[in-house]
Amino acid sequence: MDVGALDFTQVDWTEFGTATKDTLAMLGASALFTLILGLPLGVILFMSARSTSPVVRVVYTVLSVIVNILRSVPFIILIVALLPLTDKLVGTTIGVKGTIPPLVIAAAPFFARLVETALREVDRGVIEAAHAMGASVWQVISRVLIREAMPGLIAGLTVTVVALVSNTAMAGMVGAGGLGTLAINYGYYRYETAVMLVAVVLMVVIVQVLQMIGDRLVIYFSRR
Amino acid sequence: MIQLENLTKTYGKGKNVTPALSELNLSIERGEIFGVIGHSGAGKSTLIRCINLLERPTSGRVWIDGVDLTRLSKSALQSRRRKIGMIFQHFNLLSSATVYDNIAFPLRLVKTPEKNVRAKVEELLALVGLEAHARKYPAQLSGGQKQRVGIARALASDPDVLLCDEATSALDPQTTDSILKLLLDINRRFNLTIVLITHEMHVIQSICDRVAVIHQGGIVEKGPVAEVFLKPQHAVTRDFINREYTHAELLDIALDAPHASSSLAVKISFLGDKTYQSILSQTVRQTGVDFAIIQGTISTLKNVPYGQLIVRFEGEEALIRRTIEILTGEGLDVEVIE
Repeated sequence: MDVGALDFTQVDWTEFGTATKDTLAMLGASALFTLILGLPLGVILFMSARSTSPVVRVVYTVLSVIVNILRSVPFIILIVALLPLTDKLVGTTIGVKGTIPPLVIAAAPFFARLVETALREVDRGVIEAAHAMGASVWQVISRVLIREAMPGLIAGLTVTVVALVSNTAMAGMVGAGGLGTLAINYGYYRYETAVMLVAVVLMVVIVQVLQMIGDRLVIYFSRR
Repeated sequence: MIQLENLTKTYGKGKNVTPALSELNLSIERGEIFGVIGHSGAGKSTLIRCINLLERPTSGRVWIDGVDLTRLSKSALQSRRRKIGMIFQHFNLLSSATVYDNIAFPLRLVKTPEKNVRAKVEELLALVGLEAHARKYPAQLSGGQKQRVGIARALASDPDVLLCDEATSALDPQTTDSILKLLLDINRRFNLTIVLITHEMHVIQSICDRVAVIHQGGIVEKGPVAEVFLKPQHAVTRDFINREYTHAELLDIALDAPHASSSLAVKISFLGDKTYQSILSQTVRQTGVDFAIIQGTISTLKNVPYGQLIVRFEGEEALIRRTIEILTGEGLDVEVIE
């Protein structure tokens, strides 16, 4: 194989179009479910860590251990380990649909930790003031915690989605479809370096765009 | 209106128990400005947080208008808290919300229609003098302005009690005075009961009607401000007053200075209209005693004038004693120092 010579005639642009769409679909769906699962989980972690009740402290410890386990298992192993569950949840273990459960199960605990950290940054005095004004727990969460931590939450979500991009590519190893699959099947197994390069560049572009949107939003919500 | 009954609060468990309040009793009347003064760690912060149960006392009762707050359900406590305003040393405003939204916060908690929110917020902005800053964020305001937002927010739900947790401790002297003036104004205008905690005697002197001195989790002295201020009984109270108003070391030098052999140093306290009357000069003219002024202050307690003079009377012992009798008879408080 001659790595130096790039033959761009090998690149099938229609295939790339479909692959990019698949990758974005995987990203969008998994980011959405990560947010839906990770945000409440992070809030629960934050709230239970501060509780004085021993029962709630036990809940915190259990959740914390589960989150740590899920975060420490390498993603590629997690995909394989989750195959039966994935099949049950979405009826397939390949393609865009079959990749979303492992992506979410890996990313949600990660995002939950970032949520917990962001919420810890909220001034405790403001929380106390809200309690003093007669706010319920739910009102404190929705109107104080989430609102005050918004820049941190968005920064956390950005980091999580960028991590999801690399995980979608890794899922390409086991037939997820998308840019990762292209890069591995053509670029790696068939030595079509040009295809791999295009796939990588496209992913870099996706990451850049995501990061830029995230940064803009953080600045927008940091008007204080 | 507020009764604290055998209030005890301890932190920690087992061997590491630290008492913050022990068997504390306190009664606060409707419409008064009640000050609690104490050093840091004396328990004053815990005390004020026990009034709206931000801190739950380990034992004891908190009565407001005949209702024991410690026995209320969670939701009943939440709705009672809406009628207890609170302001803080560090203001505790939402940094992500504008001045307008901060003041509207307590109103929106109870789903007040936006039309009413607007009317109320505008009224409060005018009250605290921040009409021009409604769209600003807290970070764009000075400390004094932030505290004004805090006050407006605390008043939004028409409370009957306002708790002030070291509300002026983070402010410079001029700003402190303007905030104290605002609190006094609010107290008079709405007959709002104000409980404030502070470590500055100056704050107590400026606006409080009654004061309690807290030390090691208990009240060591309490009473009308003039009484406590002019005749402090407890060492901690004296320490607070001396620290700010007399210069103990200067007094010692003055007392040691050469003086007539038959003399007596006394502290004379004037209160109210007597402060501005010529009682002292009339009396010494009558008895023929001379006096030298060693130290003196004339100021006001809230709006009541008071004066405190340390003088050395010189003359025959009997005449000095007669002078003191006349002064006491005129309603002045005379304390012999040496």
